[in-house]
Amino acid sequence: MDELPIKTGDDVVRVRQQVRTVAAAGGLSLVDQTKLVTAASELARNALVHGGGGIAQVEVITSASGRPGVRVTFADTGPGIADLQQALTDGWTTGGGLGLGLSGARRLVDEFDLTSEPGAGTRVVVSKWRR
Amino acid sequence: MERVPIIKIGQILYVSIQIDLQDDSVLQLQEDLADELVATRARGVIIDITAVEIVDSFIGRMLTMIGSMSRLFDAETVLVGMRPAVAITLTELGLTLGGVRTALNAEKGMRLLGSL
Repeated sequence: MDELPIKTGDDVVRVRQQVRTVAAAGGLSLVDQTKLVTAASELARNALVHGGGGIAQVEVITSASGRPGVRVTFADTGPGIADLQQALTDGWTTGGGLGLGLSGARRLVDEFDLTSEPGAGTRVVVSKWRR
Repeated sequence: MERVPIIKIGQILYVSIQIDLQDDSVLQLQEDLADELVATRARGVIIDITAVEIVDSFIGRMLTMIGSMSRLFDAETVLVGMRPAVAITLTELGLTLGGVRTALNAEKGMRLLGSL
């Protein structure tokens, strides 16, 4: 499976395009494609701005019950997140934005798994299932 | 980085976003619009996002900021052509785009600005 680098703003656009392609191939509805691509855009930007760059992986998956979906994994080796609960609160920001990136991305997907270790980086895995 | 063109039509600056927006392109558009508003003394701005497939929190915040900034130059901004999937996603994301007027399409946006 291909790893996409996230080192520049253009890379963020490429990640979005790849997620769109895979989400369409995976049979997600147009609205669900848009939600997943939007969540991916937030998370790719986070990896770039807060994580100092990272990588993304996009894949079609099947749930234990046989339901198809799309999973996107983001990983960076940045400073990590000290307080996960705070980071996932609407309006909390360290970047001067609206503080909707991480919390909003979580709302837009069906599954959201965030692991982070201060000093060792952050990993976010999101999935959206076909309806 | 690709640049978004700004077209002057009468008293209106018309901006149709036809590229996959990256953050720097949006920041550049804000600067270019400020310059054009001063140079042309336009009274309105139409931002046409018919071709835009996603609006995330950064792009949304910049669109709101362009609306606030235009007002400082005595111009009104209307955002037109938002796709249904984008509207649904923005709402769920928690973004309201308060302060920016919207219209279904460019024609209605022009009418809103009183220039047709």
